[in-house]
Amino acid sequence: MSVNRRDFLKLAGVTGCSLLAGAPRRSEAAMTSIEFYGMLIDTTKCIGCRSCEEACNEQNGLPKPEVSFSSESVFETKRDTSPGAFTVLNRFSNGKNPDNPVFVRRQCLHCCQPACASACLTRAMQKTVEGPVIYNKDRCMGCRYCMIACPFDIPKFEYSSPLPYIRKCIFCYDRLKAGERPACVEACPEGASIFGTRRELLEIARTRIYENPDRYVHRIYGEHEVGGTGTMYLSAVPFEELGFRNDVGTTPYPEHTTGFLYGVPLVFVLWPSILIGLSYLAENGNKERNHEEEE
Amino acid sequence: MKRKSNDTGRARKALHAVREFARFLASEMKPKGKIWTPFNVISGTIIVVGIALIAIRFYLGLGAVTNLSQEYPWGIWIGFDVITGVAFAGGAYVLTFVVHIMKFEKYEPIVRVTVLNGFLAYVFYAGALLLDLGRPWNVVNPIIGNAFGLSSVLFLVAWHFLLYMICEFIEFSPAVAEWLNWEKARRVVAKMTTGAVIFGITLSTLHQSGLGALFLLAPAKIHPLWYSVYIPVLFFVSSIFAGLSMVIIESTFTHKVFHDKIGKTLRANHDEILLGLAKGCIGALFAYLFLKVIELVHGGHWDLLATPMGYWYLVEIVGFVALPIFLFGTAIRKRSVRLVQFTSFFTALGVILNRLNVSVIAFKWYAPVRYYPSWIEIWVTLTVICMELWVFRWVVNRMPVFTEHPEAAKVEEEIIPVAEVVRWKYSGS
Repeated sequence: MSVNRRDFLKLAGVTGCSLLAGAPRRSEAAMTSIEFYGMLIDTTKCIGCRSCEEACNEQNGLPKPEVSFSSESVFETKRDTSPGAFTVLNRFSNGKNPDNPVFVRRQCLHCCQPACASACLTRAMQKTVEGPVIYNKDRCMGCRYCMIACPFDIPKFEYSSPLPYIRKCIFCYDRLKAGERPACVEACPEGASIFGTRRELLEIARTRIYENPDRYVHRIYGEHEVGGTGTMYLSAVPFEELGFRNDVGTTPYPEHTTGFLYGVPLVFVLWPSILIGLSYLAENGNKERNHEEEE
Repeated sequence: MKRKSNDTGRARKALHAVREFARFLASEMKPKGKIWTPFNVISGTIIVVGIALIAIRFYLGLGAVTNLSQEYPWGIWIGFDVITGVAFAGGAYVLTFVVHIMKFEKYEPIVRVTVLNGFLAYVFYAGALLLDLGRPWNVVNPIIGNAFGLSSVLFLVAWHFLLYMICEFIEFSPAVAEWLNWEKARRVVAKMTTGAVIFGITLSTLHQSGLGALFLLAPAKIHPLWYSVYIPVLFFVSSIFAGLSMVIIESTFTHKVFHDKIGKTLRANHDEILLGLAKGCIGALFAYLFLKVIELVHGGHWDLLATPMGYWYLVEIVGFVALPIFLFGTAIRKRSVRLVQFTSFFTALGVILNRLNVSVIAFKWYAPVRYYPSWIEIWVTLTVICMELWVFRWVVNRMPVFTEHPEAAKVEEEIIPVAEVVRWKYSGS
């Protein structure tokens, strides 16, 4: 794209105004009528085969792990995603049924209004209209504010690299655009992870709970959390027993800063006028005082 | 023919002027005073080793030198260098408000040095941000790129840092012009001062509070006693007494170290000025305490006060906000400049505590593995501070920082031949 002088000035002007005003805005996608794609993970169906992890590893060209994907030894500890693993499976003991441990997959939840994207000052993190929260590595400056903001601690930073990037699940965005499902969903032999529009998935989830009221806790994690997420979960045991956070609230995260951002244009308009007024008054006051002293 | 020789004459003159200027700059670059003083040796060592450590950081990545982790993406390079450093730089906007807007002439003699300090604080402490960025060369993206993250508080903060640095430079530039003897330029920049001040105060209001607003996005990660929708306001109000107490601390030092550089008016009014600043501190501290109490009542987290984090919270509020109010009050009543200076240290310590609490200590207070800085992180922080002190000293020894009017400065120079009298007082203290 070539930018001529006039365009540049226009852009500079617009930027100048908007950055001074710092107009708050929600993620663009949230306001369109396009339906987000998402994923429903039914933890009652997951058998802990780790096919999803392997598929993710291949799809994203991540380094091969030391322990093979067929090994169950990894379940000894609770794992977190890392720059080299965008999805990890953890095993939790099942209070209801001790013989039947619960497997929970952890990866990006692709929030409807993501904190990371609203935190990013270069728009490297972006909510797409299709639903995935993707990462444009060429824009990123590595400030790690997305990591501070993400309520689920999903963005991971390559600390050991002199040329680091943020790494996380991007919902196989390229596959999605080519009309394919995410690699992890494709690989799931049990149908524990299913793909669809968020509306469809919610309908499916509610139907499952309705048809099997004893099998599920009557809650879909991600339906309301942080204003709704693209990846949602069903479970047989309370979510807090599976390492899910219950304290993230239902307010979309970007709204936590809108109040402040709304105040910015106010200050920009009010402060200079007040300051000019004060300065004028003070000057006159000084003059009068000087006059009195002279008299 | 005649014209040509005229041109050559002019060109030769210009060349001569440029050469003179270069020679002047070269002579000014040389250190004045003794080189082998304890201060120089210690700070020089810190800087040399620090630069090597910074080189390692860029060669091997952040993980090799810091204790940062996926759990704790921000450590003291952000929490102390940037967030606390910028709060301490708040003195510049407060004093320019007092002098240039409210026209309290009493404080005029310390405006320049405060603005200089503020400017250098932004250059070095906000500049230390570059060390922490994974890809610092991309720092220009939100400024020039096509990637404007308008919904980001950090975007606002980044732009404001940049614009405010320009404002502060304009505010300080008359001193630079006087140093270079550029009278015309001095008159031009002096006229821009009021505009720069007004714009600067507005920017400061927004980015001082903006630094707090950054943490609004982490409601579930910051301990409820510290997380509040008031964070931006609290950061702004505390930047007032952070800045003022730093001005008092700084003037305590410069008065000892650069005694012979200090103008007559400042020397005569120094105590009065410090007592006045202490009054300003009390006002801001009281407003801050009041807000903190309202926030505590509003938040309804009384029960958390009886936990270890609650005790820590009380240490911050009672020990480093309420107590300074009392101490400043006593100092003003007894007109004790010493107590004002001591209390300023105390207050500044409280500001460090508060900023570190929000950004590091109360951040993920529940995490099983806590962050604490590596020795390299601390060393690099010291390096940044030492570099700032060196540049500050360099400027103070060359530019009229402690004297306001150029005429006054000239008179002073006649009385005391500055270059000969200057001694590094660091060696004595």
